[in-house]
Amino acid sequence: MAPVERTLVIVGNGMVGQKLVDLLVAAGAGETWRIVVLGEEPRPAYDRVHLSSYFDGCTAEDLGLADPAVMDAVELHLDARVAAIDRGARTVTTASGTVHGYDALVLATGSTPFVPPLEGADGPGCFVYRTLEDLDAIRAASADTGTGIVIGGGLLGLEAANALLHLGLEARVVEMAPRLMPLQLDDRGAGVLRDEIEALGIEVHLGATTTRILRTGPTVDGVELGDGSTIPAELVVFSAGIRPRQDLAEAAGLLLGPRGGVVVDDACRTSDPAISAIGECASHDGRVYGLVAPGYAMARVVADRLAGGEAAFTGADTSTRLKVLGIGVASFGDAHATTPAARELVWHDPVDRIYRKLVVDGGGTRLLGGVLVGDVEDYAVLQQLQLSGQAIPGRPGDLAAPRREATPLLGVAAIADGATVCTCNNVTKATICAAVGAGADAIGDLKAATTAGTGCGSCLPLVKGLLECELARAGREVDHSLCEHFPHTRQELFDIVRVREIRTFGALLEACGTGRGCEICKPAVASILASLWNEHVLAGAHAPLQDTNDLFLANLQRDGTYSVVPRVPGGEITPDQLLAIGGVARRFDLSCKITGGQRIDLLGARVDQLPGIWQLLIEAGFESGHAYGKALRTVKSCVGTNWCRYGVGDSTALAIELELRYRGLRSPHKIKSAVSGCSRECAEAQSKDFGVIATERGWNLYVCGNGGMRPQHAVLLAPDLDTATLVGLVDRFLMFYIRTADRLERTATWLNRLPGGIDYLRQVVLEDSLGLSDQLEADMARHVATYRCEWRATLEDPDQLARFRHFVNADAPDPTLDYVRERGQRRPLRPHDARPDRVPVSIGTPQRGAKPR
Amino acid sequence: MTLTVLTAPDRPELDERPAAGPDGWVGVCPVTTILPDTGVCALVGDTQVAVFRLADGDLHAVSNHDPFSHAAVLSRGILGDRRGRPKVASPVYKQSFDLRTGVCLDDDSVRIPVYRIRVADGTVQVSLSPG
Repeated sequence: MAPVERTLVIVGNGMVGQKLVDLLVAAGAGETWRIVVLGEEPRPAYDRVHLSSYFDGCTAEDLGLADPAVMDAVELHLDARVAAIDRGARTVTTASGTVHGYDALVLATGSTPFVPPLEGADGPGCFVYRTLEDLDAIRAASADTGTGIVIGGGLLGLEAANALLHLGLEARVVEMAPRLMPLQLDDRGAGVLRDEIEALGIEVHLGATTTRILRTGPTVDGVELGDGSTIPAELVVFSAGIRPRQDLAEAAGLLLGPRGGVVVDDACRTSDPAISAIGECASHDGRVYGLVAPGYAMARVVADRLAGGEAAFTGADTSTRLKVLGIGVASFGDAHATTPAARELVWHDPVDRIYRKLVVDGGGTRLLGGVLVGDVEDYAVLQQLQLSGQAIPGRPGDLAAPRREATPLLGVAAIADGATVCTCNNVTKATICAAVGAGADAIGDLKAATTAGTGCGSCLPLVKGLLECELARAGREVDHSLCEHFPHTRQELFDIVRVREIRTFGALLEACGTGRGCEICKPAVASILASLWNEHVLAGAHAPLQDTNDLFLANLQRDGTYSVVPRVPGGEITPDQLLAIGGVARRFDLSCKITGGQRIDLLGARVDQLPGIWQLLIEAGFESGHAYGKALRTVKSCVGTNWCRYGVGDSTALAIELELRYRGLRSPHKIKSAVSGCSRECAEAQSKDFGVIATERGWNLYVCGNGGMRPQHAVLLAPDLDTATLVGLVDRFLMFYIRTADRLERTATWLNRLPGGIDYLRQVVLEDSLGLSDQLEADMARHVATYRCEWRATLEDPDQLARFRHFVNADAPDPTLDYVRERGQRRPLRPHDARPDRVPVSIGTPQRGAKPR
Repeated sequence: MTLTVLTAPDRPELDERPAAGPDGWVGVCPVTTILPDTGVCALVGDTQVAVFRLADGDLHAVSNHDPFSHAAVLSRGILGDRRGRPKVASPVYKQSFDLRTGVCLDDDSVRIPVYRIRVADGTVQVSLSPG
């Protein structure tokens, strides 16, 4: 017999509403419930926590949270605002008049931003910051605007200020409290955050009430503060707190909380047992939570209850760790030391802008809470220590001091078994350890078995640490094999290739591997062969090993076309070269973008066009930029002493010398570099794999910095070097990294893993403690001597050129490619773009000798 | 906003499309054209077929369409095996597909079409009709 079908209606498709859908579908609730989701926005749920990234390259699609496979299992109605609930008839009616019956109803209506009732606050130029539509409106208004003010210096206000910066506006923040993020931070921590934020160019006004929005005409002129002063601005964003959206519940006669919100019990039930409320619209124990994690916890309770369980919500931990404008900020437990007799341990370093405060009990044995600004590495472990209530291992003072490289104060072993490691999915240490015991011995298996780390991902380092700790404790080997075909690490394979002088993948497979290889070991071995022997990556038996980027010497894009990046050493380019690149781009209708590495990306090239594009580029004097390879990318530079009033070294000349020396060098991952002409550091050398900064006495060499996903400052390897010494040290450093790093391991991660860290690296590179220096320098000399432009070599080889076509048996290009024009350039059609009639337009077709059709 | 979809003017004309013989087999290219351990893309009727020649000489034909990225790129993937099953990894997001069954080895709810393939007189032939 089929189960009796009952209908569950979820009102609201925000982050918390979506979480409930995800949980229900994952638990198979679709078999007993017909699930109807009513969202008022025009699109399914998206990530509001990272809203400002919408102005930093993320699309609405990137922010999306609704997995199409999950949504297939429910009935989702968009643009469907619910206007009324009829509790007697058990129906809801949308604004457009559609009626949905329910057996169970969940309100996940969220909140609205609070706009203070100020004179002038409701006209054009004033915005709130909550939905993508709000952001679109802000973006539209920002076009002819110079300055924007954010009213409110809380977490969301600072995100909004970040968004204004991304839009190219001058941003100012006005906060009523005497400090930023008043709920989470204390005065000193907020002071460190303020220094960092002001360094980014955001003006901060504290202890300032806004009394009026100034207007002469329809547009905003600025705001007036309580002390009578005014701040000029053309755009105002309100981020002064939120108010629960309770009008539906109120009209339906549900009980409301003293400070707003729909009252719920521990089962998240409202005063009508058929109706639950979760997230920011709910009031539990008199409290409304404005964070996403408690909302998720409520969603878990409701999902469990709908399945017949007895889960309870008994309040939530409001600890937070986040990046505010790229600055790490964390606050957990009793951050304001309100516990009687609590004591504070403070590390305040205004030079490196690090603030760490730990709150301990009167006896100094238990951790109660803390505030971290600037360095939040230890947050996960500290928070665990606080939640578990364990005794502090060692001296409390040692906990407060920031961790130095490779000296973990608190091992994962110190975490209590019952402690929640993954707060997104509520997974405890015990669950993770049990899964390891049951056979999960790789991070992917462990994630699949426990769901730990599949939410925000911030606990992954901890999960990985637990995995290694458990495997080691059980005497099981931590498997460092490259893949199933080679029971060796990349470093071991590198040594085997070097010592046995192995020249091909086949020979290595025969010597120490099994099977046919795969997409992991083939490119890794190809990279080792290229680093050691520097043969053309497409020569002989090497071609089948290459990832498509190396196979077609260009960067694969998501539609199957490629991007082309000619080398522009040091970022210095002549007007004629610019015209030449422009000419090629125009001829092939390539989309152009300036890269972060000071060169020009030409996007949208089809495989069959690549040789023609490179023919023209090479004729104009360009060579391959290796943007497609795990290789040296660019050496960025500032203009240095040639032009700059402050330069003390010729950074451009050195950058060009370094880029030409190391161009084409294949490595475990990409290598980026930069040279700055003075300590103002305009080239951002300290965020590079190796970076150089000019001093009055020569060059300072920094290594192992990283931007990207896990930013890390580079470390000073050696100061005040002359150019020849500098080049010798970089030779040794790079070759030692290439020899010993793991596959796809950047220098920053490699350094963190090296036993002894930077001191060890200094011994090897500066003092030659391993006696390797001669060999490392000789390896690099061989690379420099054998360098050839891969594209020039390819164009000279008819066999290679024959591969550059889409069909082996037809001259046509890929017929599935479709484009639209946006801001004057071409971009691939996306699935959600409206599809009007196809209009054939000449794209990407060189006009020489074109046949009339 | 009105979007104008741009399409290449040089889409294959009907008469250029390699058509199947009466027995359903379409000649694609000489087997020696395909470098061992690599693939090429063949146009068979309207269908893009990824044709692979493994290092040991085995041939496989699957759809060239990557169901995860929706790009026509599988012929450009790296070949290999997982626990002995020959496979190709998509060059876009790296999901692997079993060359014999078309099943995605990273998500078994996804399967790509597999086509028949043979060599006749040194020419690789593909048939879209099920055997």
